[in-house]
Amino acid sequence: MPLLSVLLWLPVLGGAFLLMTGSDRRAGYVRWGALAISLATFLFSLPLWTGFDTGRGGMQFVEELPWITAFDIRYSLGVDGIAMPLILLTTFCTVLVVIAGWEVIDRRVASYMGAFLILEGLMNGVFAARDAFLFYVLWEAQLIPMFLIIGIWGGPRRIYATIKFFLYTFLGSVFMLVALLYLQQKAGSFQIEQMYGIGLPLDVQKIIFLAFLVAFAVKIPMWPVHTWLPDAHVEAPTGGSVILAAIMLKMGGYGFLRFSLPITPEGSHALSEFMIVLSLVAVVYIGFVALVQKDMKKLIAYSSIAHMGFVTLGTFAVFRIMDNGFGAGATMAVSGAMVQMISHGLVSAALFLCVGVLYDRMHSREIADYGGVVNTMPVFAAFMMLFAMANSGLPGTSGFVGEFMVILASMRAGFWIALLAATTMVLGAAFTLWMYKRVIFGEVANEKVAALKDLNRRELVFLTALAVPVLLLGVWPAPLLEVINPAVDLLLQQIAPHKTALVMLP
Amino acid sequence: MTDIKTLTLLIVLFPLAGSIITGLGGKVIGRQASHWVANVAVGLSFLLSLPVFWQVVFGDARFDGAVYTWLESDGFTLSVGFLLDPLTAIMMLVVTFVSFMVHIYTIGYMADDPGYQRFFSYINLFTFSMLMLVTANNFLQLFFGWEAVGLVSYLLIGFWYKRESAIYANLKAFLVNRVGDFGFALGIALILTWFGSLDYSTVFQAAPGHAGETVEVIGGQPWSLMSLICILLFVGAMGKSAQVPLHVWLPDSMEGPTPISALIHAATMVTAGIFMVARMSPLFELSDTALSVVMVIGATTAFFMGLVGIVQHDIKRVIAYSTLSQLGYMFVALGASAYAVGIFHLMTHAFFKALLFLAAGSVIIALHHEQDMRRMGGLRKYMPITWLTSVIGTLALIGFPGFSGFYSKDSIIEAVALSHLPGAGYAHACVLLGVFVTSLYSFRLLFLVFHGEERIDPHAREHLHESPAVVTVPLILLAIPSVLAGMIAIGPMLHGGFFEGAIFIDAQAHPVMTELEEEFHGALAMMLHGFFSMPFLLLAAGFVTAWFLYLKRPDLPGVIATRMGLLYRVLVNKYGFDDFNDTVVAGGARGVGSMLWGLGDRFLIDGLMVNGSARVVGACAAVLRHMQTGYLYHYAFVMFLGLLLFLGWFVNQ
Repeated sequence: MPLLSVLLWLPVLGGAFLLMTGSDRRAGYVRWGALAISLATFLFSLPLWTGFDTGRGGMQFVEELPWITAFDIRYSLGVDGIAMPLILLTTFCTVLVVIAGWEVIDRRVASYMGAFLILEGLMNGVFAARDAFLFYVLWEAQLIPMFLIIGIWGGPRRIYATIKFFLYTFLGSVFMLVALLYLQQKAGSFQIEQMYGIGLPLDVQKIIFLAFLVAFAVKIPMWPVHTWLPDAHVEAPTGGSVILAAIMLKMGGYGFLRFSLPITPEGSHALSEFMIVLSLVAVVYIGFVALVQKDMKKLIAYSSIAHMGFVTLGTFAVFRIMDNGFGAGATMAVSGAMVQMISHGLVSAALFLCVGVLYDRMHSREIADYGGVVNTMPVFAAFMMLFAMANSGLPGTSGFVGEFMVILASMRAGFWIALLAATTMVLGAAFTLWMYKRVIFGEVANEKVAALKDLNRRELVFLTALAVPVLLLGVWPAPLLEVINPAVDLLLQQIAPHKTALVMLP
Repeated sequence: MTDIKTLTLLIVLFPLAGSIITGLGGKVIGRQASHWVANVAVGLSFLLSLPVFWQVVFGDARFDGAVYTWLESDGFTLSVGFLLDPLTAIMMLVVTFVSFMVHIYTIGYMADDPGYQRFFSYINLFTFSMLMLVTANNFLQLFFGWEAVGLVSYLLIGFWYKRESAIYANLKAFLVNRVGDFGFALGIALILTWFGSLDYSTVFQAAPGHAGETVEVIGGQPWSLMSLICILLFVGAMGKSAQVPLHVWLPDSMEGPTPISALIHAATMVTAGIFMVARMSPLFELSDTALSVVMVIGATTAFFMGLVGIVQHDIKRVIAYSTLSQLGYMFVALGASAYAVGIFHLMTHAFFKALLFLAAGSVIIALHHEQDMRRMGGLRKYMPITWLTSVIGTLALIGFPGFSGFYSKDSIIEAVALSHLPGAGYAHACVLLGVFVTSLYSFRLLFLVFHGEERIDPHAREHLHESPAVVTVPLILLAIPSVLAGMIAIGPMLHGGFFEGAIFIDAQAHPVMTELEEEFHGALAMMLHGFFSMPFLLLAAGFVTAWFLYLKRPDLPGVIATRMGLLYRVLVNKYGFDDFNDTVVAGGARGVGSMLWGLGDRFLIDGLMVNGSARVVGACAAVLRHMQTGYLYHYAFVMFLGLLLFLGWFVNQ
């Protein structure tokens, strides 16, 4: 069975069908239909994992059809150890989003569910595309549903936020388009793998790298092109925030690994110091900024930016690690970045859902409006404690694994890099737990808090569904690494064929 | 006999299972069942620790291996595994024993608390985490246990989450610990970078080969690699074991319920730093600089934090400052390369300090949660068992000859006197003066609480009586080793090659233990000699001072406080650490955050760059809009002009 095509088209077509047939009068039908489609998609994504060959790094589950032969554009799909976990994350989170929006969304239900399903299919396609043209089309296409999700179901300043979100990401991807067109000229094909190793001169590589950088840096987002994210999160409905944080940011990190590094290895190398500096700025600067946020969603959004700083740090520390003569240690940096992406997907989704749970009851995201929630919602408080700790990188949770791997690896890139990266241990704990203290602990702050009801069954389901993998990955990340490592090894061979043979110690 | 690996696995997993059952199902199974589950779990762990201890210490059984692979990357295998040697065995025994005592005690102490099951779940989880820490055979698991005990400490300090002071204290504790862990993690990263492994055995074996290595950290200055690693690891120990200047969280941690003050913040968790440094002895032995740092920091904490204990009114805070001071003593021993002595004091201290805390707790519940010693006094006749066990704990703490604390503390003082490292003189002075200070604050506490006039709230006195058996039995069970443990253990533990293979000492460079052994002629001789030594004089002086000030002339302390106003204020303000942290560190971080957010994100990036460029585009569009008049002849005219220009350029080519 063409699994990847199913993962792309089942939610897209299913979502479109719901859009056409559903209405607010038949909300029940729409909800169950959406749940069925998203669950089916999730189930179809599981064979990707169970049938995955962890012995090799290349593409698996390959599908290919000719599309526009004149430019060698093909409908070609495939996944490796970098893409596969991200697809699983996408299908998993979409199920949760459908459940999370169950009763909360009561107008234009069909459009809401349809938008998320279509978005899911497009995102699966982005991670599965082996053709740059297909990739670009899907990359741009998923802006539309997200634009609508924030624009229709968003908060009071949603128009400002959507325009900012759209312009930022669109501007970024235009540069990517130009780069892809140029690369097609050189490689004679839109196939991504054929763009690897075409021997571009360094200056050209730098320009191509910068063009990609604009697109991916905005998406992930890196400092200083990050300010669209807090605005978008604050205005987005809970489901929108979940998908935005859990999946869409990862497309930036994925882009670096799929395009920037292998297509422009020397360019990436030349600019890696610059990238490391930007990443460290994200970790430290954003850590401080997150500390003073008064809006819970904004705080988590800033926390996301800081965590994504670890992804870019791990990705680009590779070059310095190799320069310093450590052949080994480089894989750990990139694998750590990958683990960080998966973990952040789970943890940030959980935290945004937690804020959603509170928002649905109190209609406020202001930290100051809360206090003493544990008195009325003890079960919720326990869940949020787990996710807050995961966000602070506590061992035993998934948040620790990627962070720790990147810190360990970046010591090979330089003492000061590791030192600045490790500040997140203090800053991350400070902004997360200080928020937790003000919202959850203490005496009941006001009558609204006193009237709060603890989690209902639906909420219990999606928070449990996230708590389990967060703990599992923290206690036993080996299976995930088995999937990721071969792909990362292959990537490193592509970017530095002569360097991987180096000895382990200086 | 089951092999020790399986036993250890069970020892570790019982409390975890207990924690999960009481945590998730506590409401379902009820209070009674919860305390049974928790107590049986820890009780079993304690019972199983005995055969492990026996086999390791007397049967020379050893184990060093992985339980499962946590992750693999780059040829590095990071696993969860056990290292079973005498050091682990003694720690397991101490941890499970004290934990078991505290579990029993909790049944009485927390009887009326609505969070009863939650409390048991937490202390079970703590026991699991602490056991993971001490059984680790690699740095990853050590770090896991290290952070996990920090988490439970956080949860338990904030156990009464409605109290503002408690949730302030637990956040503070977690963050200060994180500062330490920041250094600890960097140390671990350095180890992985240079040794290519996180397994103790590999690292320790390779360590001497890296002894002369240097790294450049600031501007081309060569730094000794081993010193850098050891000092970074020690920063972690400073956080967890509350050494100056990262000690600030421990006194505040007294906001937690008393059983955990005894278990976590006196007997076990805070000693993790001492355990870690002893475990890393093969690394610390390679760096005299690091040893000196350990010694000086420890000595500073030992003396100056003891001083603060003299002016505290809260009974638990006095004991907390005493804990800081005693932890300082242990670090002094480690710094003098007398690792075994440090662990020895860790053990005796675990018994008598847990005893003192639990006795204080007994007083506190008897007085309906009164902790201010100014409203106590004369309790001896109401609570004879609590009084007697407190006296025993006090005598052990001050190091009265014959009691357990005497053997360990005198060994520390002897060891530091024999050390020749830079700072040893200072450390020796500190630990000697510390004896006087310890004696003074300890007897002050004893006299203020149990002797002298009764200053008790009349309402509380009506129901005043000795605590129930679940409280007094643990006190008695802890009092026994507080008296005897030193006498029995000093011979074998310090001078009988007990830690062979677990603790490494470079006897050429740091011969302290060898010299100490030469001076040792048995426990009895040491005790007799103890009555004619400098520390005993200081101890007696402390006793007399306390007796004079708090029993004979209770009006005097107030007078002294006003006469020596400056010194008193410095001590009451705890040398200003808290004010500094609140205003400069915490306030500074918030200030930096506000500045970066306001100036960076909102003004520069959003204001100028994003919205600014939007305005520029808007302005350009406003100008360009005038070109679009809508008149056909304007467009035709422009087209005609363009055509002309184009033609002209084309012709001239």
